[in-house]
Amino acid sequence: MTRNKTLWLAVGGVLLVVLLAVLPLLAIEIPGVLPGPTYTPGTLQLIAYAMLIAALALSYRMMFGLAGLLSFGHALFFAAGAYGLGMTLDAFGPAEWPSELIFLGSIVVTLAAGFVLAATVGALALRVTGISFAMVTLAFAQAGSVLIRRNPGGATGGDEGLALDIEHVPGALVGVLNTRNLYWVALGVLVFVYLVVLWVEQSRAGHVAAATRENELRVRVLGLRPYNVKLLIFIVASVLAAVAGMGYLLLQSGAAPRVATADFTLTLLVIVVLGGVGYRWGAIVGGIVYTLLDQRLTALAGSEFIAGLPAVLRVPLSEPLFILGTLFILVVLFLPGGIAGIPQRIRSGRASHPAESEEVADA
Amino acid sequence: MSTIVLLLITGLGLGALYFLVASGLSLIYGLMGVLNFAHGSFLTISAFLGWEVGRRVSDGTWWGLAISAIVGIAVGAIVAALTEYLLIRRLYERHIEQALVTVGLSLATVALFEGIWGTDPIYTARPEWLTQTTEILGAKIPNDRFLLIACAVIVLGGIVLFLKRTRYGLIIRAGVENRQMVTALGIDVRRSFTLVFAIGGAAAGLGGVLASVYYGYVSAHLGSVLLIFAFIVTVIGGLGSLTGAAVASVLVAVLQQFANYYLGGTGDLVVVVALAAVLLIRPRGLMGKIA
Amino acid sequence: MSEPASEPILVVDALSGRIAGQQVIEDIAFEVPATGVTALLGRNGVGKTSTIKSILGLIERTGDVRLAGERIDALPTHRIVQRGVGYVPEDREVFGQLTVAENLRLAERDAAPRRELVERLFPDLVARRAQRAGTLSGGQQQMVSLARALVNENRLLLVDEPTKGLAPRIVDEVAVALAEAAQTVPILLVEQNLRVVRRLAERVVVLSGGRVVFTGTAVEFLDDEELIHRHLGVHDASEAA
Ligand SMILES: Nc1ncnc2c1ncn2[C@@H]1O[C@H](COP(=O)(O)OP(=O)(O)O)[C@@H](O)[C@H]1O
Ligand SMILES: [Mg+2]
Repeated sequence: MTRNKTLWLAVGGVLLVVLLAVLPLLAIEIPGVLPGPTYTPGTLQLIAYAMLIAALALSYRMMFGLAGLLSFGHALFFAAGAYGLGMTLDAFGPAEWPSELIFLGSIVVTLAAGFVLAATVGALALRVTGISFAMVTLAFAQAGSVLIRRNPGGATGGDEGLALDIEHVPGALVGVLNTRNLYWVALGVLVFVYLVVLWVEQSRAGHVAAATRENELRVRVLGLRPYNVKLLIFIVASVLAAVAGMGYLLLQSGAAPRVATADFTLTLLVIVVLGGVGYRWGAIVGGIVYTLLDQRLTALAGSEFIAGLPAVLRVPLSEPLFILGTLFILVVLFLPGGIAGIPQRIRSGRASHPAESEEVADA
Repeated sequence: MSTIVLLLITGLGLGALYFLVASGLSLIYGLMGVLNFAHGSFLTISAFLGWEVGRRVSDGTWWGLAISAIVGIAVGAIVAALTEYLLIRRLYERHIEQALVTVGLSLATVALFEGIWGTDPIYTARPEWLTQTTEILGAKIPNDRFLLIACAVIVLGGIVLFLKRTRYGLIIRAGVENRQMVTALGIDVRRSFTLVFAIGGAAAGLGGVLASVYYGYVSAHLGSVLLIFAFIVTVIGGLGSLTGAAVASVLVAVLQQFANYYLGGTGDLVVVVALAAVLLIRPRGLMGKIA
Repeated sequence: MSEPASEPILVVDALSGRIAGQQVIEDIAFEVPATGVTALLGRNGVGKTSTIKSILGLIERTGDVRLAGERIDALPTHRIVQRGVGYVPEDREVFGQLTVAENLRLAERDAAPRRELVERLFPDLVARRAQRAGTLSGGQQQMVSLARALVNENRLLLVDEPTKGLAPRIVDEVAVALAEAAQTVPILLVEQNLRVVRRLAERVVVLSGGRVVFTGTAVEFLDDEELIHRHLGVHDASEAA
C-alpha cells in the first residue's frame, strides 16, 4: 500500500468517526433501516449496540482472521466483561469511597479478571489446534454459560439476567435521557478496539501470527514459538471482548445470560464471515449489518404482511435466525470474501479467497 | 449402595445418548476433518418426525415407538447424507468453511424447528413399561435406561461389525488414519464420506427418538444440548476413535451423574474440568490418533 | 507391454507444485521410458517427494503430465492411480491400525490381484498376515508398502526412498524385489543410496533448487565424481562403502 493511500484511508476513517460522533446532534432518517431519526434514544441505542457488536466482532476477527484461531468461546469473555463489571459494582468497595473511584476500580478489577480468565483458558485450549481448539473453547464457554444460569449465590441473576446497580455509576451514563452519552461511550469502545487491533496486526507479533496461520511449520523452522504468539493474540482479543462487554452492560443497563451462550459466539462467527474474514473493516460492516438486519427482520416477522402469507412461507420468514443462517450458508458457499470482499471480487473479476491456502498444509 | 447403583445405571443411560451423537461426530471428524455442528439438528429433526409419525400410528405403545425409531433412523440418515452431498462436498478439503456451513445450518434449522413446533417442549406419551421402574440391588431404576443402554450397545456392535467386515468399513478405518494414502491406492474416498454422514445421521436419529423417551419431551433444542456434551465426549475419547467415543460417553455421563448428586449439581462443570484435565495430560484424547 | 518401447510412459513438462501456498518445485520437465528404472536424485529437501506427489495430484500442482500419452494433470489422485500407477510413499505410510492382510486387501484393484507374487517376494509377510502393520519393523512395513503397489498390474511405479533407514540386509531384499518388478513395469525411483541406484537404474534425473539440472544415463552420472559432488554434495557412497 502506498503512503498516499494509507493517508487517505486514515483521513477517511477520522471523518467517519467524526460523522458518527455528531450523529446524535443530527436528524437523519433512513426509513426501513433505522427505527427513527438519529437523535432519538431508540435509534441511538440501536446504533450504539451495533457498534459494540462491531467492536466485539473486530476482536473476534483478530483471532480468527489474523491468527487463524477458530474459537467457539469468545462469548465467554464478552460475558465476563458484562457480568464481571455488574457483579463488582454490586459487591465492590467500602461505602465511604467516592463513587467515581468505585466505578473505575470495578472496571480495573473486571479487566484484570478478564485477563486472568483469558490467560488460563488460552493456555489450556492452545495445547490443541484446529478443530479441537474450537471444541475446547466451546466447552469452556459452555461452563461459563452454565455457571451464569445457575446463579451461584444470587450473583448473576440466573435466567432473569443481571440488572445494573447504578449506585456507583456516573449519572451521565444512566437513564434514557443520557443515551447520547452511552452512544459516545460505545463509539469510543469501537475506536479503541479498532486502534488496538490495528496496532497488534502491524506489530511483529501480528506478522508472526499471520505467518503461523499460513504455514506453522515454516514459522517453527525460523525458530519462533507460535504458541506464545497465539496466546498473546488470544489474550488481547479476549480482553478487548471484555471491554466491549462492559460497554454492553452500561448501554443495556444489565446483562442477559444469552450473551454467554455458544449461540452468541456462533453469531459472532456469522458476523465476521458475513463481513469478510480477510478484512478488518469487514467485521465492522458485518457487525452493523447483522445487528440492523436482526432488528429489522424481527420487526418484519411481526408484521401484517408476514402474517398474511401461507404457512410454508410464513413460518421460515418469521424466524430471523433462519434467514440469517441461510444467508450465512450462501455467503460461505458463494461469496467467500464476505461483504467487504465484494469490491475486490468486482475488480479482479474472479472468486478470490483470502484464506484459501489455509488447509493445504494438513492435507 | 442403592444410590450408587442408580447413579451408575442412569449415567450409563445418559452415556448411551451421548454415544449415539458422539459416534457419528467422531467418525465424521476422523475421516473427513469436518466438525459437524449440524449433528444436533439431525437428532432434533429425527426426534420430531419420529414423534409425529409414531403418535399418528399408535401413540404411547411399543409399536408406535418402534415406528418412531425407524422413522428417526431413516430421517437422520437421509438428512445427513443430503447435507454432505449438497453442502459439505462443495467445500472439499476446506475444513473451516465446512464447519461454518454446518454452523449456519444448525442456526437456521433450530430457528425453523422453533417456527414449526414452537419454543416450548412438547411432552410425549411412552409405552407403560418405560414409565415404570425395576429394582436392582435396592435401587429403583427407571426402565427407559435399559432401553437406551440396549440400543446404544446394538448400535456400537453394528458399527463395529460394519467397520470390520465390509470393504467400505475397511476404507473408512484406513481413511481415518490417513485419507491421502487411501486415495493414493486408487480409492475414491469421497464416496465413503456420504456413507459416514449417513451412518452418523442414523445413529443421531435413533438418539433423537430415544432422547425424547429419556427426557419425556421433544423440543427444538434437544439436539443443541446433547451436541455440546457429545463434543466434549469426542475430544476426551480422541477424535476419530469409535471405541474412545464409547468409553468417554460412559465416563462423562457417569461422572456427571455423580457430581450432580454428591457435589451439589455441578455435573456440567465437573465435565469441563475433566476435559481440561484430559487436555493437559493427553491432548489427543484417550484413544485418539496422534494429531 | 502395449506401448512401443520408444514411447515414454510418463512425460512431465512445466510441472510446478505448491505446499501450503508455497511453491516447492518449479517448471520440472523429464521423461520416464517405458522400461527399466529411472532414478530421481537430488539433495534433501530439493523437491523429489514433491515431484512425485505433484504427478499423483497429492499436492496442488500445475503443468502438463502425460501417462502413456494421456493428460493426467487435472485428474484426482484416485483416478490417476486407477489408470495403472502404483505408489510407494516415502516413510512407508502403512495403515498402522490395520492388519497386514487388510493393508493388502485395501490396495487390491485388479480383478485378479497378484497375491502369489507378493507372497513369493515377501515371505515374511505371510506369517504376519493377522498382525497390525503398526507393530511391524521398519523393513517389514516397507515390504507391506511395496506389496501394496506390486499386488496390482501397473503401467508405472512411483517409489519414494524405499531403503530409507533400513538395515543393509533389508536394503538388499528391497532392491531384489524392485529389480524383479522392473522386469515388467517401468519405475521412477527416488533413492539416496547410490549403490542401489547403480544396481537398478538405467537413467537418472537430478533435481536442484526445485528444478531439473541433469538428465542422462545412470552410468554417465555415477561415474562422474564431479557431477555427483556438485549435485548431491556427496562422494559416491558405493565406492566408500
Ligand atoms: N508440509 C510442508 N510444509 C511446508 N513446506 C514443505 C512441506 N513439505 C515439504 N516442504 C518443503 O518443500 C521442499 C521440498 O521437499 P521434498 O519434496 O520433501 O524434498 P525431498 O523429497 O527432495 O527431500 C523442501 O524445501 C521442504 O522444506
Ligand atoms: Mg523426500
